[in-house]
Amino acid sequence: MKKDHSLPILIGAWILIYLAFAVAKPGVFLSLSNVEQLVRQSLVIGLGALGITYIIVAGGIDLSAGSVVALATVTGAMTLDQTGSVGAAIGACLLTGLVCGLLNGVLITRLGAGPFIVTLVSMLALRGVAKGISGEKPVYPEAPQWIGQFTGALTADNRWMIIPPGGWIWVVCTAAFAWALRYTTFGRNVVAIGSNEAAARVCGVQVNRVKVATYALGGAMFGLAGLMLLSRTRTGDMSSAMGAELSMIAAAVIGGASLSGGQGNLVGASVGALVMATINMGCNTVGLSNWVQEILTGVIILVAVAVDRLRARQLSVAG
Amino acid sequence: MLRAHGLSLAFGATLALQDVSFSAPAGRVLAVIGENGSGKSTLLKILAGELRPQAGQVEWNDQPLRPGDDQVLLVHQELALCPDLTAAENIFLGRIPGPRYSPAQLQDRAHDLLSGMGFPEIPAAAPTRALPISQRQILEIARAEARDAPVILLDEPTSSLTQADKQKLYDLIRTLKARGRTILFVSHFLEEIREVADDVVILRDGNKVAEGQIGDFIDADIVRHMVGRSVDDFFPRSDRTRGECLLTLENLTGTDDMPRQASLQVHRGEIVGVAGLNGAGRTELLRTIFGLREVKSGRVQVKNLASLSPRAHWRTQTGFVSEERKLDGVATDLSVAENITLPRRQGFLNRPAEGRSVAQRWIDELGVKCKDPDQPLQDLSGGNQQKVAFARLLHAECDLFLLDEPTRGIDVGSKIELYAQMDAAAQRGCAILMTSSYLPELQGICDRIAVMNRGRLVAIHDGRTVDSATLMADSIQ
Repeated sequence: MKKDHSLPILIGAWILIYLAFAVAKPGVFLSLSNVEQLVRQSLVIGLGALGITYIIVAGGIDLSAGSVVALATVTGAMTLDQTGSVGAAIGACLLTGLVCGLLNGVLITRLGAGPFIVTLVSMLALRGVAKGISGEKPVYPEAPQWIGQFTGALTADNRWMIIPPGGWIWVVCTAAFAWALRYTTFGRNVVAIGSNEAAARVCGVQVNRVKVATYALGGAMFGLAGLMLLSRTRTGDMSSAMGAELSMIAAAVIGGASLSGGQGNLVGASVGALVMATINMGCNTVGLSNWVQEILTGVIILVAVAVDRLRARQLSVAG
Repeated sequence: MLRAHGLSLAFGATLALQDVSFSAPAGRVLAVIGENGSGKSTLLKILAGELRPQAGQVEWNDQPLRPGDDQVLLVHQELALCPDLTAAENIFLGRIPGPRYSPAQLQDRAHDLLSGMGFPEIPAAAPTRALPISQRQILEIARAEARDAPVILLDEPTSSLTQADKQKLYDLIRTLKARGRTILFVSHFLEEIREVADDVVILRDGNKVAEGQIGDFIDADIVRHMVGRSVDDFFPRSDRTRGECLLTLENLTGTDDMPRQASLQVHRGEIVGVAGLNGAGRTELLRTIFGLREVKSGRVQVKNLASLSPRAHWRTQTGFVSEERKLDGVATDLSVAENITLPRRQGFLNRPAEGRSVAQRWIDELGVKCKDPDQPLQDLSGGNQQKVAFARLLHAECDLFLLDEPTRGIDVGSKIELYAQMDAAAQRGCAILMTSSYLPELQGICDRIAVMNRGRLVAIHDGRTVDSATLMADSIQ
């Protein structure tokens, strides 16, 4: 049996990219505060990538992720504004995401219209909802201090945390999601459905229920990502996170997800988000233009896909 | 004891199964045999609960079977496995205890199960996509054992196995039999049936025509029951004059040994048929000739053509009709006119008016039932779509026709029209090579009939004199 080395390769590649920028700008890039900054910048995409990876592994796609993130910042900010309770705001963000995900899942399974179309529709509609309830202007809540602490700069006495609390939530989620895909029946059913839906159905797997669960879970993660964005910007912004779904999908694909379903790696997806943020930050630090960053990010995704195809070919030759 | 009472099922106007009853006792292997389209797969799907019969019922130990109670497990011809799961997970799919589970424990259980079946070498922890096809098939049977299903249905389980793997499968079937399982086994091959089956049920056109212990039948009886019907006389056969040779195959071998070492010549003024079972390589033979599959070795000589691309073929008056009408036979979104003129478009501009007028000629000639030449093809019946696919060859003025199952699934009226067109084409000096699963049709219109068996072109008979039993025997022996 051939061992799969793609995750170590990916992590190695990320470290190489990081070191390359570190060599170019040694003073800035090798500091702990830079690591902190990197996590802060990749957090929203990283959390979303975890959710979207589950959806992709089950053979689906979710184009509404960015809109859900924006809607969650709006509902979270409005709740915070009206109640002043951070707990309620957190609940509002997660619930918004969960409900949107459930809606997507139910429409996809009941309508049989295909996830691309259904989530394209909700991408447009949910962005509209966000604009509608916020009255088409950003919501600036009277925020208690600690909503900002999820992503805030570390002070001298909590320096020991290395990365902000939101980063630790991301680490824990990555571990939990990776574990659940491998060691729970639900996780294996997700893989089974993405791998061969008809076979899963014949074997008595409740295909529709599992699919809805992946969209709901994904939605909750987009809600959590929205909370982190709210924490960073202190704003409920209906036009934030535009195109974030594509970055999340890109992170999942860099991490080893196959858009035809059945394959995906949660740790890989998180590293994928870090890779993209590293390129972004690195280019800024070194002073490369935005267009160079965009080309570089595209090339990285292309390389990731090419590596994945080569590996798939090797595995099937081995069989 | 598995018992079926009066099972009937019709798809539209086609009776797939008509009042079929039989019983299969525990600890015995029942072979279900019949020609392509005789209703075998429909029968298995009904038994497995995947199709609901319009009449009749299935009982296990005098209790009616309900779908989802895991009494009957069907091992599909197209394997129903998830390539991204491990072997163990595929065996227990839908039965993995949850919510948490331990891969190691599941792999141990899978290994024990596989060892008990005589396959300890299958790695339970391996991803299924990395396993050879023979082992994947065993996983499906293991799935039945994991559910303790008393009835196991095997739909042509040996079609993709090597000889050594077949022996292992036979051994496994004997093991399961000894455990008291009831096994239904669908196969075309008499030698296999004799090897593993105790009893046999023979189907023809959805009817049960014979049953009994396998020892009570000689091969000739089985073949007679399978094909036993008279050739109808709506097959036209005018005087044809055999002319120059347009197609020569010399030891032609294609991808995956389909076809394998085929040699054949087709001349002007003759219709050559290709008989054989599903998977015998007939479609692959035609597609290899037309340049849709790679030539591995040997030679294809079509007229004096150097290149074997479909484009070059159409330009030199060689035309092809695909077996899969919806897949690559016709473009269902395009209009009748566009479909007919598709292979023979000239120039850069599309001239709809011109296309319409030439199309109208073929619509009249072939009696295609459509509103007008602009109607999209998807609105037409299968028979009329097939006439359009055939009209392409006439419009392109082809003199070599490669027809893959040209009459499959179409109505009798359209069939008669196509037979007449083929006969007329042969009479005016065209050469036709056609495949068919329907023997009476081949016997009715072909001058010569070649038989393929597992990739090889095993025999060529005179179409006028050969009998069905000989063709069937060549196909299955």
